[in-house]
Amino acid sequence: MTTTTYREALREAHREALSSDPRVFLMGEDVGRYGGVFAVSLGLLEEFGDDRIRDTPLSEAGFVGAGVGAATAGMRPIVEVMTINFSLLAMDQIVNGAATLRHMSGGQLSVPLVIRMATGAGKQVAAQHSHSFENWYAHVPGLRVAAPATVHDARFMLAAALDDPDPVILFEHMLLYNMSGEFDDAARPVDLERAAIRRSGGDVSLITYGGSLPKVLEAAEELATAGIDAEVVDLRALRPLDVETILASVRKTHRAVVIDEGWRTGSLAGEVSARIAEDALYDLDAPVERICSSEVPIPYARHLEVAALPRVELIVSAAKRVVGSDG
Amino acid sequence: MTAEVSRERGVELLREMMFIRRFEERCAELYSAGFIRGFLHLYVGEEAIATGAMRALSPEDNVVSTYREHGHAIARGVPPGAVMAEMFGKVEGASRGRGGSMHLFDVSRRFYGGHAIVAGGLPVAVGMALADAMRNERRVTACFFGDGAVAEGAFHESMNLAALWNLPVLFICENNFYAMGTHLSRAQAETNLARKAAGYHVPSEVVDGMDVLAVEATARRAAEAVRAGAGPRFLECQTYRFRAHSMYDPDRYRPKEEIEGWKRRDPIARLRDSLCTGDLIREDELRALEAEVEGDVEEARRFAEAGSLEPVEDLLRDLMTPRAL
Repeated sequence: MTTTTYREALREAHREALSSDPRVFLMGEDVGRYGGVFAVSLGLLEEFGDDRIRDTPLSEAGFVGAGVGAATAGMRPIVEVMTINFSLLAMDQIVNGAATLRHMSGGQLSVPLVIRMATGAGKQVAAQHSHSFENWYAHVPGLRVAAPATVHDARFMLAAALDDPDPVILFEHMLLYNMSGEFDDAARPVDLERAAIRRSGGDVSLITYGGSLPKVLEAAEELATAGIDAEVVDLRALRPLDVETILASVRKTHRAVVIDEGWRTGSLAGEVSARIAEDALYDLDAPVERICSSEVPIPYARHLEVAALPRVELIVSAAKRVVGSDG
Repeated sequence: MTAEVSRERGVELLREMMFIRRFEERCAELYSAGFIRGFLHLYVGEEAIATGAMRALSPEDNVVSTYREHGHAIARGVPPGAVMAEMFGKVEGASRGRGGSMHLFDVSRRFYGGHAIVAGGLPVAVGMALADAMRNERRVTACFFGDGAVAEGAFHESMNLAALWNLPVLFICENNFYAMGTHLSRAQAETNLARKAAGYHVPSEVVDGMDVLAVEATARRAAEAVRAGAGPRFLECQTYRFRAHSMYDPDRYRPKEEIEGWKRRDPIARLRDSLCTGDLIREDELRALEAEVEGDVEEARRFAEAGSLEPVEDLLRDLMTPRAL
């Protein structure tokens, strides 16, 4: 076991990938000289040179598309998009390009591209830097989508993504970068199609991913003091969803709360709820609840931002409601 | 014509342009007859560009194209039967019938599509060239697009990246003066497209896209510069489509005189007349060539018609790469 931060785990993952495979390179805005807007790539330019740590101009469509092309041509690019809000400028290249090329060419092309981006709110950076559009990407056939929510996954998901022959998008919640934790070298590799049970319990399944995981774990501890034994499911894989793990947990606990920082309408939480309704409805002892962000652009003022986001007390009360409604 | 041409090469160029022309006309007929559906964008009038430019490339070079790409695919050597079968939606098609007219792929000939988001292929071409530059491979990535693409942000981002990183991309703009139905002058404040590329320090040239020899010579020079490591080049080939944008287009926006004026510059008639004047081809040889072309087009159609449909059970095939267990 090694103790480190989420940021350093990501950096170490990059260092390992760059050292072990000459086809791997990193490009994005400010990844080189600046060291990455969240300092993930700090020091990598000095270590690997500017051919492999490429600062790009502010042209998301251009450099994400260049990643698609370089991957098609046999490289293993890691493209860092500064934030998920900026990724909308590259969405054409991701959705019309990377996601379609293999199928549309009758299997002739592969796009082994990894795109990383910061997502989520909590830093008071307001309505153009704080959103959670993971569901938009998880909606798209042809993409693989995952969200490392632990230091261990931050350390090992990148390698799994680079090993994958198809385009992979990794979402890093911006509140996680400073988080400390452990990774276990013996527990690699990470499977990009499997959810993880972060806490085992028998009374209610709390299903979440990404930046909400620490909140959910905190809520689970609080519920424990109230005598409620919560199971915490970290989806990790947002596309494809690990429905098997979700259903197994719900069949055990008979109750579910889905926590998702995205907006409720059309959310991943909605998809998870639908899967439960389709395949485990009669295992449920209570309706599924969802804790999502308020349906507003995330505001700047601290109290409003807090009010807009999923919080521990909301998760706790939702869990108590579904447990309390046990007939 | 701008250059002298040998009989052999002249006839070869003529034959290829005639083939593309007849192939496209046949596509229109087959569309009307219901064999081809979806969008169909024909290359009639623009044949000199694909025919000329493709000769400047080697089999090791990459080609990235647009949705008006039958001519590019054929000039690149993609079997016409596979192009036609693709439009018939058959599994023998270049893309197993998944792409149709707009999405032809043939990786064995380094023909990388078939991109139907205007300017969407440019960043991809830049990335392919980046891969070659990083591996020190002396390959040119040729990227075709139209005047409409020049208005897109992706064009400007791609020019900048290619120039900034000195990448081996040959940008070939087929300026037919209309982005679907909107004339260049109604859409772009700067109508000199080569000047826009030059603004990114990409050396640029304007060439008569109705003159196959001029296109070939210019493309050859540009491709050699790119191959030698001199960075990207931009060619603006001025041309005209003799038919509407697509089969849905009633073509209400182009003056008849304008269309007739450009038809007088027909690249096929031009080369043919020049070969006749120079006594490089006889009238009976021309007729034989026409018959030969007709036969080859018919063979492509027969191949397409005889093709089979991909089994529906394969619908999800090739969405993701199968995972090793």
